[in-house]
Amino acid sequence: MTIVEHLRSLGHRIVNAVWRIGYTSRFFLLILLYSGISFRRFHLTIKELFSSGVMSLIIILVAGLFVGMVLGLQGYETLKRYGAESALGSLVALSLVRELGPVLAALLFASRAGSAMTAEIGLMKATEQISAMEMMAINPIARVVAPRFWAGVISVPLLSALFSAMGVFGGYVVGVVLIGVDQGSFWSQMQAGVDFQHDIVNGIIKSFVFGVAVTAIALFEGYDAPPTAEGVSGATTRTVVESSLTILFLDFILTAFMFQGE
Amino acid sequence: MSSQALVEIRDVNFAYDSRPILKGVNLTFPKGKVIAVMGGSGCGKTTLLQLIGGALRPSSGYVKVDGQVIHELDHKGLYLMRRRMGMLFQFGALFTDMSVYDNVAFQMREHTDLPEEIIRDLVLMKLNAVGLRGSHHLMPAELSGGMARRVALARTVALDPMLIMYDEPFAGLDPISLTVVGNLIRRLNDALGATSVVVTHDVQESLKIVDYIYFIADGVVVAEGTPAEISSSDKPFVHQFVHGEMDGPVPFHYPCGDYWQDLNLRPWR
Repeated sequence: MTIVEHLRSLGHRIVNAVWRIGYTSRFFLLILLYSGISFRRFHLTIKELFSSGVMSLIIILVAGLFVGMVLGLQGYETLKRYGAESALGSLVALSLVRELGPVLAALLFASRAGSAMTAEIGLMKATEQISAMEMMAINPIARVVAPRFWAGVISVPLLSALFSAMGVFGGYVVGVVLIGVDQGSFWSQMQAGVDFQHDIVNGIIKSFVFGVAVTAIALFEGYDAPPTAEGVSGATTRTVVESSLTILFLDFILTAFMFQGE
Repeated sequence: MSSQALVEIRDVNFAYDSRPILKGVNLTFPKGKVIAVMGGSGCGKTTLLQLIGGALRPSSGYVKVDGQVIHELDHKGLYLMRRRMGMLFQFGALFTDMSVYDNVAFQMREHTDLPEEIIRDLVLMKLNAVGLRGSHHLMPAELSGGMARRVALARTVALDPMLIMYDEPFAGLDPISLTVVGNLIRRLNDALGATSVVVTHDVQESLKIVDYIYFIADGVVVAEGTPAEISSSDKPFVHQFVHGEMDGPVPFHYPCGDYWQDLNLRPWR
């Protein structure tokens, strides 16, 4: 390949990337524009809440429990060195509420529900269901995409809260029940260390932002997928990869804004 | 064809990027008739349906439906027009997460304020018309190909459209299902007083049910006429297509170089 060809290929990629960003933004704006139906006919959103939110409960609760238990073990080992075992409750709760809850719940949601959304919409496109809907004068973004978007946006903060609650329970089981940390200091340290406005509200904001990002990526990839088996499988993979990287990137940005200079 | 035209296609050109698909085609679909549009794969038949439905925009020329130029309609106008059209997709395109009943009821629920009792009666009537009233509780995955096509047909006519478009309605059907679907297209068109456009390869089945046929090849209309005229046509393309001949104006071989040369051989003399 000559230098000119390399440059041409690079330029083509850059133009494609910019075009794709524009197309994604337009898609996102259309979702917001056609969101009315998701609230006027809330049963459509509830149906999607069930398939994306409720069906993700098991993986979220089990993962939350194990993460909390690991935090209990590791936290105790570290705090013991400084004679601060009583701060275990505070450590477990802050780690979960500020970081691990929102981030891990969103990552699990992207793998479990986001990939399913992409595959479902991609297959609807491949089997002409989306085209059929358009020919029936029914806007597929309003009828199919927007209810799934709002279901995702509502689900992620709720799943994140449940993940953190389950994690705290896991930390309690390991720290108090198995290792023998004082129950009173575990809870009181947690109560004293966690600030509602600063920690919990910021955690909820994080999970809300992750919910918007993950669901928008999943829906866009499904809607944009080439209508072939290979196209849908590629779109599903892209959903998981792009969502995971976006969550981690956004987490860094949000953390820098929320907890800077403490 | 003397009846008043419901669809007029005039000097329509259309290209995908630089690849021309339709080159100045003119077609007229009169009210109340069943018209077939035939031609080989990739000749632009489905593109024609997409132009009529407003999914694509012609490069030049226009498509007029019921007096309105489709590509000049705004989003709302186009959707209002589409409410008066129905389209049967090649493999039915049934919504796989809904039962047969809900598929047929879908448009009624979306576009009307009819009470559920009336929707129920209408759905059962539509399903009865295609002979599948007893299957209303089944899911699309439980239907055979022919049944799925009939359910899709019931869904297509759910709101009694003025124009019904069929994209390869006979593809992949067994002989019985093929005859059933063919008869339904004719009967439903006459019962609803609609106009039907059938895009198909199936010459024999189409000749039995349609009023008029257009043949498209290389982006232009190469022949047209009533089924009787088409059957007796001596135009080489029509003759090859109607009789399914292997070679003719549509060659068997994709354009290529000399065979003997490719094999590095000399022909026997």
